[in-house]
Amino acid sequence: MNPVDSLDRSRRLLAQLAPSFSSMDDSALAALLAPEAAPHDPAERWQDAIIESILPRGASVLDLGCGDGKLLARLIESKSVRGQGIELDADAVFACVARDVPALQSDLNAGLRGFADGGFDYVILEETLQTLARPVEVLHEMLRVGRRGIVSFPNFGHWRVRLDLALRGRMPITDRLPHRWHDTPNIHLFTLADFRHWADERNVRIVEGHVLGDAGVRPLADGDDLFAREVLVMVGGEDA
Amino acid sequence: MSNPPSNPTSDPSSNPAPSPRPRPGDDPPDSPSSVGHTTARSIELATAEHPLQLDGGGVIGPVVVEYETYGTLSDARDNAVLIAHALSGDAHVAGWDRNAHVAGRGYRGKHPGWWDAMVGPGKAIDTNRYFVICSNVLGGCYGTTGPSSINPATGKPFGLSFPLVTVGDWVRVQAVLLDALGIEKLHAVVGGSLGGQQALEWALAYPDRVERSIVLAASPRLSSQGLAFNAVGREAIMNDPGFANGDYHGNGGPNHGLAVARMMAHITYLSEEGMHEKFGRRRRASAPGGGFGVEFEVESYLTYQGRAFVERFDANSYLYITRAMDYYDAADRWGAGDLVAACGRIESKVMVVSFSSDWLYTPAQCREFAVAMCRAGKPITYVDVPSCYGHDAFLIETAPVGRLLRHFLAGEAP
Repeated sequence: MNPVDSLDRSRRLLAQLAPSFSSMDDSALAALLAPEAAPHDPAERWQDAIIESILPRGASVLDLGCGDGKLLARLIESKSVRGQGIELDADAVFACVARDVPALQSDLNAGLRGFADGGFDYVILEETLQTLARPVEVLHEMLRVGRRGIVSFPNFGHWRVRLDLALRGRMPITDRLPHRWHDTPNIHLFTLADFRHWADERNVRIVEGHVLGDAGVRPLADGDDLFAREVLVMVGGEDA
Repeated sequence: MSNPPSNPTSDPSSNPAPSPRPRPGDDPPDSPSSVGHTTARSIELATAEHPLQLDGGGVIGPVVVEYETYGTLSDARDNAVLIAHALSGDAHVAGWDRNAHVAGRGYRGKHPGWWDAMVGPGKAIDTNRYFVICSNVLGGCYGTTGPSSINPATGKPFGLSFPLVTVGDWVRVQAVLLDALGIEKLHAVVGGSLGGQQALEWALAYPDRVERSIVLAASPRLSSQGLAFNAVGREAIMNDPGFANGDYHGNGGPNHGLAVARMMAHITYLSEEGMHEKFGRRRRASAPGGGFGVEFEVESYLTYQGRAFVERFDANSYLYITRAMDYYDAADRWGAGDLVAACGRIESKVMVVSFSSDWLYTPAQCREFAVAMCRAGKPITYVDVPSCYGHDAFLIETAPVGRLLRHFLAGEAP
C-alpha cells in the first residue's frame, strides 16, 4: 500500500469515527499519523501531578499497585497524607522501604480481604486495572475500602488504536501500549466507554476526570472515548 | 556480678560431626566489620526486697540479667537498638565471646554471635551508628535468672519451682534494663521468631518508648500446629527418666528428651524443599545400613543438632520458654481478642517480614497482622522474602534481610 492510499484509507475510516478528521489537510493528518515520539517520560507519570493537585492535605491514601512508592513518597512529602501502599512485586516493596514508604506486599487479585470498609479517604489504582485477573472485583473493593477511588488506565478506544486494529488487523502497539499480544501484562484491556458503562451500571459517579490527549494533559471532555490516550478519573459511590 | 550458667558441661568440641548449617563468611574478630571480642555484662534488676512483678501474678527477686552491648550510646541517647533473641538464643549477638571457655558456652569458640552477619561496624545494624543491646530472657540459661539459677530461699536450683514467665515479662525486664542504662526511647527493637514477638510486644506495651519495631518470621500468636510441636517437645523432656520432675541439676538431666525436642523443633525450622536440597535421601558412606542406626544424612544432621543442643541448653529453660511462646497472644493481651484493637495502641513504625517457605510463622499469619495494622489506620511495611530455608530463613537470608533492616532503621522517626 503506498503512503497516499494509506492516508486516504485512514481518512475515510477516521471520518466515520469523527467528522473533524475529514476536514484535516493531508500534511496535518500525516503528522498526526506519524510514529509518535512519546510526549511524556513514561517514568514521570502525568497522573502523579494531577493526583497531587486534587488530594486534600492530610488525607488517608491507599495506593494499590504502588510500585516503587514514588507517588506515595511525593504525596507524603507535599500533602502530608497518611499513605499506605500495596504491591505484589518484592523488589518494588524493597524500593518502597528504601524510600521510607510503608508498603504491604500482597496480590491485588486476592482482593483487599480484611481491609475495613471506608478505611481510607482515597484508594488509588494507577495503570493497574487492566493487568488484573478480576478487575471489576478490585474496583468494587476499592470503593468499599475507600470513600473515593482514583483510577487511571490506557484507553483502548483511542482513535489510533482503533485505526491500527482496522488497518493492520493486528493488536495495536502504541507508546502507551507498547507490548505485543503475547508479552503484555495488560490482560484486560478496555475503553473509556467500557469504564463509563461499568460506572453507570454500578451507580458509580465519575466525580472528575483528566486525560492525556494527543496534545497533552487536559480535563476529561465529550468525545474522549476517541481522543483520550490515557484517562484518570475520580469515582465515588452514589453518595460520594 | 556474675551468674554463670549451670548447664550440662561436656565440651562440644568433643563431637566430631561438623556443623552442617551454612555459616558463610564468619567474620574473624580482627575483621573491620566485626565488633571483635565481647564480654557479657550482668546487672541485678530486681532484689528480694524489690522483686519483679510477673504476668502470672507472682513475683521474683533477685533478678539478674546478662546482656551485651555494641557501639556507643549517643549524647542524646537516641540511637539505641534493642535486639530480642529467639527460643534458643542468648545475649551474644555479635563478635567473639572472650569467655567462650566457660562451661556450656564452648559453642561460642567456633562461631561469632548468632546474628553477627547483621550486627557490626558498617553492617545492616551498624554499630558505628547505633548502640545495640541484647539481653538473655528471664527463665533462660545464659546468665539471666532462670530455672537453673539458685533459689536463694532453698540454696538449690529453682527447677520447676521457678515461676511461669511470659513474653510480656521479658519485655518488662528489658524495659527495666533500659531504665538502668538511662535509655528512655529506643530507635528500634528488632527480633526474629520468638524475638519478633518481643519486638511486637514492645510496640504494644511501650508505644511511647519505641520508634521502630521490626518483626521477622513472627506473628501475633503461635498457630495450633506450633502449639502441637511445642507440646511434643516438652513431653519428650518430661518423660525422660533423667528429668526427675525438674530436679536434675548436677545429675545429668533429661538429655535424651531435650535432644529429641530439639530434633523435632529443627524440622519445623526447615522446609520440605530446603531439606530435600540439603539432604535429599542421601546416606552416609560410613553407615552400616540394614538396621535402625543413623543412616540417612538427614538423620545424622538432626542427631547432631540434638546432641549439640544438650551441651548448651537447659531442659527446664526449654520448658519455660516454649510455654511463654505458647501463651503469647498479642490480640488477647492488648485487644481483648481483637487484633485490630490491639494494633490501635501502636505508635511505632512497624515492619513485618515473612519468609515464603516458613511453616511455623507462615506468610499468611504475618500478612494477617499487616492487614490488621492497616485496619487500625497504622502504616505497615510487610515483605514476604522468597526463600527455601523455612523458618530459619530469618537467620540465613542475610542479604535481603540486611537491606530491609538498613533502610528501615534509616527511615524518619514516626
